[in-house]
Amino acid sequence: MSKPKFVYVTYIRTTPEKLWAALTDPLMIKKYWFSITAESTFKAGSSWCLKFEDGRTADTGEILESDPPKRLVIHWRNEFRPELKAEGYSRCTMEIEMADYYPDFGGKAVKLTIIHELEGEGTKFIEAVSGGWPKVLSNLKSLLETGDVAFKTKS
Amino acid sequence: MVDVSQFRPKTVYVTYIAAPPEKVWQALISPEFTRKYFWDRTVEIEPKLGGAFVLRLPDGRANVQGKVIVWEPPRKLSVTWQVVWPEDFRKLPECVVSYEIDQAGAAVRLTMTESHSWEVPEAILSGGRTGWPAVLSSLKSLLETGKPLAIAMEPPAAMIEAIKRLK
Repeated sequence: MSKPKFVYVTYIRTTPEKLWAALTDPLMIKKYWFSITAESTFKAGSSWCLKFEDGRTADTGEILESDPPKRLVIHWRNEFRPELKAEGYSRCTMEIEMADYYPDFGGKAVKLTIIHELEGEGTKFIEAVSGGWPKVLSNLKSLLETGDVAFKTKS
Repeated sequence: MVDVSQFRPKTVYVTYIAAPPEKVWQALISPEFTRKYFWDRTVEIEPKLGGAFVLRLPDGRANVQGKVIVWEPPRKLSVTWQVVWPEDFRKLPECVVSYEIDQAGAAVRLTMTESHSWEVPEAILSGGRTGWPAVLSSLKSLLETGKPLAIAMEPPAAMIEAIKRLK
């Protein structure tokens, strides 16, 4: 039986360096992540957490791997919903690579792959992130391509 | 008409787009849009239930054929999806591709669902799972910036092998 897992791929017209910055710069994160603040140096071994605008802690964990601008792995546990926290730690891997492209068609794109796996058993955490990631990553793509997010408040 | 209750969702992709629902709908059914974001393919769709649906290659050959089974502009569209080119892909049973367009705050949520009526091997599902994110990322870029993305892609080798093994 494979571990509960969510995989999402998006292609963004940007550079790997700019995408890395967007994934690790708290000011950028706040713009596309519905005012969530990240606290971490994003170096391997550093602690990591996400906080709501009112200061409550959303998620906590640790940076397991950090290889700019290619790969970031976060040990991640939900803190604000007891039923999700009960499912324990997850592992979120973010991979950045240049997509192959046709020279005369459109613009070069960077491929971002998010793999979010639960370490133990359970379905609620993966269900929750399956709903959240498309919103966050759609906003991130819009921000990098247009300078503004697609929507400011979660619905 | 195809019995949709026999089809199970196997691949779902969700993206949020800063555009009105009508604009997203147009992007799905207009050849001048699809040729920009869907690898130069043009869509032909008879705008009614039971209408013919074709996705055509730049040289005029059909790539995918099917019928419209849900037509609710600008919210819901489902088509049956029979790949007719490459030749070998005709062995694949038809699937159903559905799009749902919902308002989500100031943006629109576009949900693509690929449903199948048989026990599809993972290797065959990998085709849609690698293709749809590229197509729909490019669609979002086109609607938000006026420019699609250039993503070069071939069907995964594992998919081609799995299709060869089909009877």
